[in-house]
Amino acid sequence: MKFLGEKGVRRVLAGIAFSAISALLLIALFIIKEGLPFIISYGPLKFLFSSDWQPQAGRFGIWPMIVASVWVTLGAMLLGAPLGVACAVFLTEFVPRRVMGVIKPTIELLAGIPSVVYGFMGVMVLAPLIRSQLGGPGLSVLAGAIILGVMILPTIISISIDSIQSVPNSYREGSLALGATHWQTTYMVTVPAAKSGIIAAIILGMGRAIGETMAVIMVAGNAVKIPISALDSVRTLTANIALEMGYATGQHRQALFATGVVLLVIIMILNSLAGMAIRKKAGKR
Amino acid sequence: MNKGNLIAMSLMTAVLILAGCGQKREAVIMAGSTAFQPFAEKLADQFMVQNPGINVTVQGGGSAVGIQSALAGTAQIGMADLVQLPEEAKDLTATEVARDGIAIVINPGNRIEGLTIKQVREIFNGVIANWKQVGGDDRPITVVSREAGSGTRTSFEQIVGDISLIKEALIQDSNGTIRETVANDANAVGYLSHGLINEKIKPVRLDGVECTTEQIISGKFKLVRPVFLLTQGQPQGAVKQVIDYMLSAEGQETIKSSGLIPVK
Repeated sequence: MKFLGEKGVRRVLAGIAFSAISALLLIALFIIKEGLPFIISYGPLKFLFSSDWQPQAGRFGIWPMIVASVWVTLGAMLLGAPLGVACAVFLTEFVPRRVMGVIKPTIELLAGIPSVVYGFMGVMVLAPLIRSQLGGPGLSVLAGAIILGVMILPTIISISIDSIQSVPNSYREGSLALGATHWQTTYMVTVPAAKSGIIAAIILGMGRAIGETMAVIMVAGNAVKIPISALDSVRTLTANIALEMGYATGQHRQALFATGVVLLVIIMILNSLAGMAIRKKAGKR
Repeated sequence: MNKGNLIAMSLMTAVLILAGCGQKREAVIMAGSTAFQPFAEKLADQFMVQNPGINVTVQGGGSAVGIQSALAGTAQIGMADLVQLPEEAKDLTATEVARDGIAIVINPGNRIEGLTIKQVREIFNGVIANWKQVGGDDRPITVVSREAGSGTRTSFEQIVGDISLIKEALIQDSNGTIRETVANDANAVGYLSHGLINEKIKPVRLDGVECTTEQIISGKFKLVRPVFLLTQGQPQGAVKQVIDYMLSAEGQETIKSSGLIPVK
């Protein structure tokens, strides 16, 4: 690389870095270009808030999918957030470092399990269980929420662990020196100090839950309907795109891209919220 | 090395690679209908044993994908099983290779034996919502359907007629997942390709006619749709060989023994 010189290397690296960003930018632009004209011509209010999705008849209302995505994601958060944060607190504060060195990679391995495997477990084990114990078709909001709740655990746990570990040890020492017990120190000093990082972890987990597709298609049942109970079958925004993309032509195809635009906006909002939470923490120190 | 050289070289490489394919193994790609896919795979395997020079790849995706990829040329043969081919497929040459019955299936734990077409329509429209109303136990009906645009669904809705699917219907994206859902849910009713019936699900009589190969051939079973192979222009070369094999006595025999209805 000597013939390139210092500046040359810098330029090459910058070029490579920008090509990665531009790929992201191009994807976003493409989705918006395909989807936005449809939203405008069909009417944004009608598209977002009508609950009539009949592509063959030219009626495209994604309100049931938005509601479904929100419910499934909220359910997943209800399950995943307390579990994940509690797990992170336990691993950082109450377990010796060496044990943590074994457990943390194991949890991160969870993230490597393909979503179709989670979905398969959901279809084979969870859905029949819900059907026999609680009634309904089994493929439901509840099944989707439980599967997603487990899937987002690695995201929440590893980011929470990082933020709890970054709390300066002097905080803990100060609290202990004042006579607080280990547990008092944890929940009154350490966790509040790591709060913004934990919130960021939860928001990123939420982003993952909203974006997940395969597992949800398999366990949520995909009925286009506003759910009344947790046992109802629903179709999320992502499932809607993946299910119908293969067949869609013309306006139907544009409507699916428009669904993608809605998802993109939701994810962008969530990610910037997470970013704000992290920056707030950086600003404090 | 300048740009021109580079382009010339990559072009030459591409030509060489393509030429190599032509001499050694010709590739034929089939894509489309998930209902016909398993049979096409079986037929392709048999065909490749006899014709080692031709490599046949079978992909799924659905009938609409079959039509699209045949039009775009990404597959030499598109597979579509629709009662009526859509407008955009009229430029393609369609060869009927098999016919396929659509069976109405329920869970083996359900004691219903038969339904009328009218009852099927009302179940899928949501007018009938309890098995009690058609002579079964007092249990709610879980309707399982395919996604909009599916060949099986389009054919089913066209033959049964006047269907506006209830919103509660579970949607599954292939014949196989329909089978799994119905097999796992005691209250479910769905429809799938006749060739994919197994012991985990129970086909019902339709207007008193059982869904068997004999009844479909005799024309008494109403829910039948053709399976088309779509090509751009008349089939030629390896593509023609593949289609001819499927239409040959041996190919048709395989089609019959796997549960589809031969056309010859």
